Amino acid sequence: MIRLLKQLVDWIVRTQVWLSVFRQGWPNTERNRILTILNTCLFHLHPIKVRPHALKVKYTFCLGGISMFLFIVETITGVLLMFYYRPTVEYAYQDMKDLEFAVTFGLFLRNMHRWAAHGMVLTVILHMCRVFYTGSYKPPREYNWCVGVVLLVLTLLLSFTGYLLPWDQLAFWAVTVGTNMAKATPVLGAEGPFRILSEMNDMCFYLRGSVDISENTLLRFYVLHCIALPLAAVVLMSIHFWRVRKDGGISGPL
Amino acid sequence: MQEEKTETAPKGASAKPREAGGDALKKSDKILTFPHLVFKEFIALMLVSLVLIIISMTMNAPLEEVATPTKTPNPAKAPWYFVGLQEMLVYFDPWIAGVMIPILIIVGLMAIPFMDRNPKGVGIYCFRERKFAFTMFTVGIVVWFGLIIFGCYFRGPSWLLYLPWESWEVHKPVVSKGTYVLPLYIGLPGVLVYYALGMWLPAFFARNFYRVVGPTHYYIAMFFVLSMFGFVGKIPLRFIFDIKYIIHTPWFSI
Repeated sequence: MIRLLKQLVDWIVRTQVWLSVFRQGWPNTERNRILTILNTCLFHLHPIKVRPHALKVKYTFCLGGISMFLFIVETITGVLLMFYYRPTVEYAYQDMKDLEFAVTFGLFLRNMHRWAAHGMVLTVILHMCRVFYTGSYKPPREYNWCVGVVLLVLTLLLSFTGYLLPWDQLAFWAVTVGTNMAKATPVLGAEGPFRILSEMNDMCFYLRGSVDISENTLLRFYVLHCIALPLAAVVLMSIHFWRVRKDGGISGPL
Repeated sequence: MQEEKTETAPKGASAKPREAGGDALKKSDKILTFPHLVFKEFIALMLVSLVLIIISMTMNAPLEEVATPTKTPNPAKAPWYFVGLQEMLVYFDPWIAGVMIPILIIVGLMAIPFMDRNPKGVGIYCFRERKFAFTMFTVGIVVWFGLIIFGCYFRGPSWLLYLPWESWEVHKPVVSKGTYVLPLYIGLPGVLVYYALGMWLPAFFARNFYRVVGPTHYYIAMFFVLSMFGFVGKIPLRFIFDIKYIIHTPWFSI
């Protein structure tokens, strides 16, 4: 039986269909293992060989990878949530309730989106700490550290813009408190020092699309949350990963 | 949980002497990405998924009643990652707590690789070789999370001090002993002396450090470090001496 299964597998990995997808055969020889990394789109982010210290969980704690994984979870659950959510004052909260009571696995979906978002903020911060404490920002990796800081800011903004969308009391007032800060911007805020603008055209108005939080704000935050910020994050993440390789791979003792 | 996986290190991984500037690893010491790294990533991914699924099934994402602009909750707390800034609002005007401090943190973080000219300590967790950078970053992180924890668990209605086990139903009268505003002829020289002494003393007593780093890097780094301690230093000034402003002018106050 087992021999038969083996023969079947051997036959499958030599069919034209299999080889058209995976190119190389079963990764049980060194040659095929190298080719696996070279020929797979996802794996080619990695070098063919890595230094052993980079594999120690105690060195990286997998934090960068977990951050990226959580971003993917956010994208998938987010797209699914978009099917059920309308960013208007009339429907936003109602759709939250529908997700909870009417949509199959709706509550689970929303829970996962929320907890993964908190998790991502935490892992990104911890990843930054890991990179700092291992001195991994030092030349030639200065630029990639800066890209990472921008990605941290994007993560916070993604989380913050998503916070408004349920349109409940928690969302409304947390975002009120957050966006109120923009009023205090020096020169450009209506209540900041050296103010030159009124509350009809200052930074806070620009952020909210109105004087107080309204449907305009909801739409703005929705578009930022679902389109603009994720796109920016994807572009910067690509640069971030590409630079890791270009700057000599994962940092390690000289 | 992540640490458990260290036990399952790949057979090919051999611990290398971890001396910075020691022998360069030979190319033959590297091990194949597939399967060693890819499998570890896969395990991490599975574990994170598992944790995420369990959390999403057992804990519901918060959803309060529908947003009502006329009903302000007391207190209105920002999302946890911004609570640190909200807590700073107690000690500073909004243009500092909400605008200047975030900008300084972001710019300061991005400036780290350019200010830190110490080439040692790359690829290892090592305090000995980079005491200054290590300490300053840790202080920043501890303060950041300290403020978040304080704001989340020790602040109740009207942002007054409530211990975690105290009921928010209990009314606490605002007993203000009145706050002091330092006159400009004390405050302004005080701040200037703080920065001047802060810049001059280390340069005088740690001449070697100053000479190695160079004046430009030294002064920029010290500006960020002193600003950080300055922001933290105002917390006890406010708590113990009830000092509201150190510098007070008609246009802005610090």
